[in-house]
Amino acid sequence: MKHLTLTAGVLLASTALAGSAIAQTELSMWYHGAGNEVESAILNQIIADFNESQSDYTIALESFPQGAYNDAVQAAALAGNLPDIIDVDGPVMPGWAWAGYIAPLPIDEAEFADFLPGTKGIWNDTLYSIGLWDAAVALVTRQSYLDDLGLRKPTLDNPWSQDEFMAALDAAKASGDFDFAFDPGMAWTGEWYPYAFSPFLQSFGGDMIDRSTYLTAEGALNGDEALAFGEWWQSLFEGGYAPGTSQDGADRDTGFNEGKYAFSWNGNWAALAALEAFGDTVFLPAPDFGNGPKIGAASWQFGVTTASEHPEGAAAFIKFATQDKYLAAFSDGIGLIPATASAAAMSKYYQDGGPMADFFALSEGQALVRPVTAGYAVVAKVFEKALADISNGADVADTLDAAVDEIDADIEKNAGYSN
Amino acid sequence: MIFPSGSGAVPGPDLPQTDEKVTIMQREKSLTRSNGAGWGFALPGFGLMVAFIILPFFFAIWFSLTNQRLISPNPTQFVGLSNYTQLLSVGTILLEPERDENGATLRDDDGEIAYPRLRNFTRNNPDYPKIQGMREWFSWQTGPNDELKRVILAKDVVFMRALKNTFTFVIIVAPLQAGLALLLALLINQRLRGINIYRAIYFMPVVISIVVVAFLWRLIYDGNNGLLNNLLGAISFGVIEPVDWLGQTSTALGAIIGMSIWQAVGFHMVIWLSGLQTISPTLYEAAELEGSSKWQTFRYVTWPGLRNTAVLILIVITMQAFGLFAQVDVMTNGGPLDSTQTIVFQAIERGYGKQDISGGSAISVLLFLIVLSISLIQRYLTRERS
Repeated sequence: MKHLTLTAGVLLASTALAGSAIAQTELSMWYHGAGNEVESAILNQIIADFNESQSDYTIALESFPQGAYNDAVQAAALAGNLPDIIDVDGPVMPGWAWAGYIAPLPIDEAEFADFLPGTKGIWNDTLYSIGLWDAAVALVTRQSYLDDLGLRKPTLDNPWSQDEFMAALDAAKASGDFDFAFDPGMAWTGEWYPYAFSPFLQSFGGDMIDRSTYLTAEGALNGDEALAFGEWWQSLFEGGYAPGTSQDGADRDTGFNEGKYAFSWNGNWAALAALEAFGDTVFLPAPDFGNGPKIGAASWQFGVTTASEHPEGAAAFIKFATQDKYLAAFSDGIGLIPATASAAAMSKYYQDGGPMADFFALSEGQALVRPVTAGYAVVAKVFEKALADISNGADVADTLDAAVDEIDADIEKNAGYSN
Repeated sequence: MIFPSGSGAVPGPDLPQTDEKVTIMQREKSLTRSNGAGWGFALPGFGLMVAFIILPFFFAIWFSLTNQRLISPNPTQFVGLSNYTQLLSVGTILLEPERDENGATLRDDDGEIAYPRLRNFTRNNPDYPKIQGMREWFSWQTGPNDELKRVILAKDVVFMRALKNTFTFVIIVAPLQAGLALLLALLINQRLRGINIYRAIYFMPVVISIVVVAFLWRLIYDGNNGLLNNLLGAISFGVIEPVDWLGQTSTALGAIIGMSIWQAVGFHMVIWLSGLQTISPTLYEAAELEGSSKWQTFRYVTWPGLRNTAVLILIVITMQAFGLFAQVDVMTNGGPLDSTQTIVFQAIERGYGKQDISGGSAISVLLFLIVLSISLIQRYLTRERS
């Protein structure tokens, strides 16, 4: 009997040894950036570095085209085939956390203390995902336009007021040099609308949803501030300042660089092309409509799924990937805003005096994440349609009322998106 | 269902006249045996049809009676017909004009009679419980001096507009497309040198993906320097101002109708053509001998010969037209101001975009019922009268 135990013990020990010798646990990871060579190269480099740096885990990457990525994750979740690590778009994260796709990130939030607020995916006071970069939007124009039109250059500390902004548009329109004074980007349907335009609403003092409870949009999206925003929004199109929903997508992409628009509301991803077109391109902060200047925040972030059997390994990779040198590499490669100031200092575009350093300051100073609720998918859709309708001349109060009703009905239908 | 079964005069394979019983018994034996094999061969296709057409069909009916979501941790609950009442509820209210102290009606800046805002009645107003959360669908003036305003309200105005747009689309597209296709088929049904080139040209848009076609037509319809505006400007020497075809409520649906007719006309032309070529040439020769005019030949020889083809084409176009989606998705997204919302676009927008599978399913079921009843009516109207 003793002999047997001993044998069994030896056997067990040897298997365990052998196990640890060969078993690098493989962790699967999905990423939305298939088709972008630079992006893939950087990510592959990070994975290769991680695989070499330790012996417990190897990461196996699978990339999807962005358009099909969310579908793939949802299908995998329904089929129970989620990988260990996924990346998730900031505003979608609460929905996926609520649905049980992703688990709280097993890393102490304090580790990311110096990260830009928009890069942290926090829902219900819990950190679920962390981003290596953020994106920011600015009012793009040329110094020469400002000079010719006799306009003050707004700064972060002293942005344009609504009156100054409209005066600038009037001046640009009156000059006759442009097809339109202002290009908000109506051709970019989808997430662009809530991402780029809801900060205007917030600057007016309204919001897409009441963020104190996340249970209703009443008062936030159809209150007096929201009505003021809606009237202003409509005046942009009825006054002939901005191209409407039928704007050609090509005009959106290249119109500013071809001199068709005096001001363009655009993101840091388009900044390089604008700088190449005009050397004197400047990136101005958002106008202050009464409640401070605001821009949207949160881009793609990494998280660990509930399906992962090795969340500590997945977390180790995410921690590894959030080193400054990789944040800077992504920034240099595809122009994104690095998540930390120290990484920004290492980067080509965002270091002090770099061509896009303004965006880092914008992201740090004005950024506000979109409503952090699992109901965001519906809120975003409803908001997009409301803004498109208002720009096309729909009655502002009725449209916003209808939007509120639809958002509230959806929240009720989902039991408050609470658990 | 579409083709009436043959008159029974089709000659079968030659049966041997002798030993009839024995042969038939043997035949039955081999028939049952090969029947099993036949089912075996049919199984993959049949299985796929069950999995991807028949099962989803019943799923849709079931989901439309629940609160099923695309992603949700909450359990699915049976909710009865509430998805349908949400879609189809309508109400009405009679608005009195705003009056000053003397009882005279107030008018707004444009001289129109001023009415109180509907939101005073439809939002948080317990005096009007039946119309809470409803929106104006359409309205008209009524009463003495046309001072009152009768407003028809709907719980889901967007869906109502989608219904109206889809029916408009079908009613215009079905006859126009069928007629145009017949015209092209008659033109092409001639023995001319190089006629195949024309056949290919007319058929080409059918082969190209509708999504690609829609993208191209978005460029054609562009409001500033699209092909259509340039063309109209050129032939009118600049008299016709550029029109923002897809950006105006008055032209957007028309633009989509025109483009859709153009895209699929070639397909129906080919069906008409096959119908034309089944008409025996001897009939035409006889008509010619009788000295009938071109119109008479068409009216009394060609048209009766195309009867079944016509029924088929009408039903196919109607069903396709009810499924209008890709053009809207690519070109207008349902806008401007819901002027191009359609039933299928709404089903997908809700079921997928807003992750409300139950709402999308309810729309799909309604669409099925609409198409089914219209097909039955068409069948009845075009039945063989003996």
